[in-house]
Amino acid sequence: MERTVLTKIVDDFNASQSDWRVMIEQFPQAAYNDSVVAAALSGELPDILDVDGPIMPNWAWAGYLAPLTIDPDVLEGFLPGVIGTWNDKIYSVGFWDAALAMFARKSVLEANGIRVPTLDEPWTGEEFDEILVTLKDTGEYDYPLNIGMADKGEWYPYAFPPYLWSSGGDLVNRETYQTAEEALNSDAAIKWGEWWQSLFERDLVPGPSQRLADHQNGFAEGKYALNWTGNWLALSSLETYGDDLLFLPAPDFGEGGKIGAGSWQFAVSATSAHQDGANAFIEFALKDEYFAAFSDGIGPIPPTREAAAMSEYYAAGAPMEVFDELSERQGTLRPVTPGYVVQSLVFQKAIADIANGANVVTALDTAVDEINADIQNNAGYGHN
Amino acid sequence: MAVSGSRLLSSNRAGWTMAAPAFGLILLFIILPFTLAFGLSFTNQRLFSPNPTQWVGMANFDQLLGVSALTLEPERDDAGEIVRDDAGAPTYPRLRGYTRNNPDYPNLVGKQEWFSFQYGESRTYVLASDVVFMKALINTFIFVLVVAPLQGGIALLLALMVNQKLRGINVFRAVYFMPVVVSIVVVSLLWRFIYAGDNGLLNNVLGWVTFGAFQPVDWLGNPDTALPAIIAMSIWQAVGFHMVIWLAGLQTISPTLYEAANIEGATRFQAFRYVTWPGLRNTAVLVLIVITMQAFALFAQIDVMTKGGPLDSTQTMVFQAVERGYRKQDIAAGSVISVILFLIVLSISLIQRYLTREKT
Repeated sequence: MERTVLTKIVDDFNASQSDWRVMIEQFPQAAYNDSVVAAALSGELPDILDVDGPIMPNWAWAGYLAPLTIDPDVLEGFLPGVIGTWNDKIYSVGFWDAALAMFARKSVLEANGIRVPTLDEPWTGEEFDEILVTLKDTGEYDYPLNIGMADKGEWYPYAFPPYLWSSGGDLVNRETYQTAEEALNSDAAIKWGEWWQSLFERDLVPGPSQRLADHQNGFAEGKYALNWTGNWLALSSLETYGDDLLFLPAPDFGEGGKIGAGSWQFAVSATSAHQDGANAFIEFALKDEYFAAFSDGIGPIPPTREAAAMSEYYAAGAPMEVFDELSERQGTLRPVTPGYVVQSLVFQKAIADIANGANVVTALDTAVDEINADIQNNAGYGHN
Repeated sequence: MAVSGSRLLSSNRAGWTMAAPAFGLILLFIILPFTLAFGLSFTNQRLFSPNPTQWVGMANFDQLLGVSALTLEPERDDAGEIVRDDAGAPTYPRLRGYTRNNPDYPNLVGKQEWFSFQYGESRTYVLASDVVFMKALINTFIFVLVVAPLQGGIALLLALMVNQKLRGINVFRAVYFMPVVVSIVVVSLLWRFIYAGDNGLLNNVLGWVTFGAFQPVDWLGNPDTALPAIIAMSIWQAVGFHMVIWLAGLQTISPTLYEAANIEGATRFQAFRYVTWPGLRNTAVLVLIVITMQAFALFAQIDVMTKGGPLDSTQTMVFQAVERGYRKQDIAAGSVISVILFLIVLSISLIQRYLTREKT
């Protein structure tokens, strides 16, 4: 579907002018980043690249990407997660964003006397913990909450830091981006880590050995009462539960509820001989009708209000409308630094180790040491 | 000597021409990368980076292999009594106070506890700069020490069994060899289902055999069983390959020797001990060295089945080399591990050669 829409944009663009011709090449997502790195190392990058939002600063820093030359006014009113900025320059722009939400069923919440949270009044951390215990005590579910531990990969650093951020910790100090000390191993982060570990110790969530099939279908099959997942599963969950389904905001552990922002975006390669044409194409494609077409085709959140209003799922009164506001109010970017590629892997290991019962303080200290050593090895990653 | 030297180099042009493609490929894909890795291990080379590469000397090796010991006295209260926890064990100051931001212990900066042991009242902590690598090192050695004798032994047993003139014996040979032909990635994926914690095949079979008394084990999710599970699966996967090598060795032994042994009245065990085993000497050396080298290169099973977890119980050297060099874009760190691995395998091969040398 994504390809159909993209092909249409390319055809429209090729037909609209005679200076440039755009052609599409595609790779499987799992091998995509590897393919780009290999192409970059051998100097054979295409003119326009798709890039995952949090990876963009790494590629920009490495010199693969050229800053976009499109008019910043065009990007007025876009969701913050779709504009990729590194060192004060815009390098990438997305045609959509993704958002996380707590999928729940109204009937289940009502039956257990649980209040439906709102963006203005999300569940607090303590309330959330009590809710999980309440749901567990019903004995009706394998686990009260699914957080998708089976999905080992970028899911971990995308889905789990929001709880850490909301507790007052982070992967790295965002003021300087030069150290993780007192960010990933601060008292707040350690408190979060201990709570995180207790989720597994108390059997409130399935552990890292969860089967992928259970992660994907468990909520629909009624094995889990709550599902911490993204808007891309909203459609299939709506088909199962219809009006009973709720998309709830992230719980607030003290610093406000947070969800990850930033999905795949388009950027122009630095080695491109046709940067003008590449920018022209991206600017041409930034149209509400295309955003809406992507959204209708594959289900992501359109980046502008206007496009959302035109779309099938996110228009006023449409079933997934709420995601638009979730993105706007709770969406938080992952650390914007070239070091994110390493930091996300380090965090992934720390979070799995903690889930498996490692000492929380040691796990976080180790992660901090590794992140700091990496920043030092890279001479601070060139932050302005 | 001079004659053979000149014959090797000059009057053997056809031979060199035929060997050239192989030599070229070995040079390009083995010798060159290794020389590069050796050089890069003394730098801070990244997979890609706008920063210039710098010579850092032995810093990478220090970072990887740094080990310190720290002996701590138990904590005492004001009366001088040892403070004990609920279980009655003495408590010690937190290591974090020594390893982080403590100018009195500059040699402990960035180190973490690897293991500790009790000596009298005090407790000695062994701290490593890179605990994950240390665990990878130990796991790799455990893997090699278990797999080399077991895989070699079982392969020999299978070879002896299929080296009989029975109808349909080829079926057995094919069956035992089959896992070797299947890609290790596919085999690992299948074994992930076999080892699955909730209703995997292994748990079901064990439950059925014990009439339900067996409690399901999360084989790959439990730090105590993950490495043994991978060892068992790896032995099974490659045993057929070594069986074939043993089989080839067995078939070079002349039947007349067995006939002679028979006439002398040797038992089957004596025939094995005094005819078969000496005849397999060179094969044994080959099998042992090949298994050792393959075992040190353990990677695909880890990557597919556990990714080094849970709690680093299945970290291995090659997995860490790839993890760091490629996924974390730190080519220098990956190179250092490769160089250390090379030195280990080289010394072990030399020792094996020395121990199995022809004693004249």
